Amino acid sequence: MSNLNLFHYASPATFYPLAGRLQPVFIALAVLFAAAGLWLGLFVAPTDFQQGEGYRIIFVHVPASWMSMFIYCVMAFWGAMNLVFNTRLSGMLAQALAPTGALFAFLSLWTGALWGKPMWGTWWVWDARLTSELILFFLYVGYMALVASIDDPRRADKAGAVLLLVGVVNIPIIYFSVQWWNTLHQGASVSLTKAPSMARTMLWGMLMMALSFWMYTIAVAFARVRAIILERERHTDWVKSLLRQA
Amino acid sequence: MFEVVLAVVRRDLKLAWRRQADIGAALFFFVIVASLFPLGVGPEPDLLRKLSPGVLWVGALLSTLLTLPRLFADDFRDGSLEQLMLAPQPLGLVVLGKVIAHWLVAGLPLALVAPVLGLQFDLPGDALAVLTLSIALGTPALSGIGAIGAALTLGLRGGAVLLSLLILPLYVPVLIFGAGAVDATLTGLGPEAHLSLLAALTVAGLCFAPFAAAAGLRIAVD
Repeated sequence: MSNLNLFHYASPATFYPLAGRLQPVFIALAVLFAAAGLWLGLFVAPTDFQQGEGYRIIFVHVPASWMSMFIYCVMAFWGAMNLVFNTRLSGMLAQALAPTGALFAFLSLWTGALWGKPMWGTWWVWDARLTSELILFFLYVGYMALVASIDDPRRADKAGAVLLLVGVVNIPIIYFSVQWWNTLHQGASVSLTKAPSMARTMLWGMLMMALSFWMYTIAVAFARVRAIILERERHTDWVKSLLRQA
Repeated sequence: MFEVVLAVVRRDLKLAWRRQADIGAALFFFVIVASLFPLGVGPEPDLLRKLSPGVLWVGALLSTLLTLPRLFADDFRDGSLEQLMLAPQPLGLVVLGKVIAHWLVAGLPLALVAPVLGLQFDLPGDALAVLTLSIALGTPALSGIGAIGAALTLGLRGGAVLLSLLILPLYVPVLIFGAGAVDATLTGLGPEAHLSLLAALTVAGLCFAPFAAAAGLRIAVD
């Protein structure tokens, strides 16, 4: 039991070098998956018989939507960890993830608009899914505004954690909104329980892009959390010695 | 156990009674916002009738939001909030008492004045009744969810603007089902489903929100 200490890397001082070492790995993986996904999506995947070439925006749109919802759940998880175990790093990780989550939510809305114009003939409809994605974007903005306006970082982490846990109620509403309100947006094309209703190469392209976005999120969150660690721990000895070496 | 809820409700009502102007201001904000819409979109009765559920509900939402920053701020300033937090009773019940008092002072008057505004928007009688009922049913949820935001933004600079940024996205379901109930009455579908969901939101909000708000208060006052 003494060898296995899950909380070893919960200290910013030990996590900082680990994140620095892992960061290039995740950047490389992100580039690799993106190259594979884009190649599959732009060259291999067949042209859709209804939507023509315009459908290829889903290779960005769908993974971005997945990530925007997933990142919020991860942030809520770190928020809960922060409230339960009172660890400093979990609050920092939640904060480091927020801008990326907001970026993906915005990207999902933006690419959705670009796709909707030729397909539905409009940039925006007040459809349940679009609206709940917009609300998710607002939740990200609200979280970042709340955290930014509290000067004490420990209070900012905890207040943000409570807000995240309250807002996480919204995620299932987004996901099930298609079933709840019968609206324009098509149902999910990919599910775990039945065979996907799209060509295999399209599916693989989308999965590759999702993995790429995932790796990108980890790499960016690590970079951001390293900056937050340095800023918050600047009075400690280990940061001072680190800066002296550099 | 529930004496503390009653005690807090009685105390907050007494405090609100001594400052009646504050209650009136939020109520008149609701009346004025509702009266601005016919000036903005034109006086056609058909258009106004179609708009009225959304307009009146958004007005009620904003009016509730206006009174929320005061929910804990006064007690925080004069130190009585800390005394309430030191009390042996669970803080969640104290917050529940404050939420109920807030609804009686800020939410119930909206429901009472709503039918008059509905008449201005040319709503028929059954829709007026549903409008009143939906606002009376939905505003407790607004007070409950709003208490979380009020607790989290307690004592922050720009707290009131921040509060609306945090809370308005969470108000969306209440708005949808509240306005949906009136809309369903107008189109002849019957409001029962929407009103049931609204009541469910209120029950869930009153059960869980006070405890989340209590957690927020502990962080804020820490």
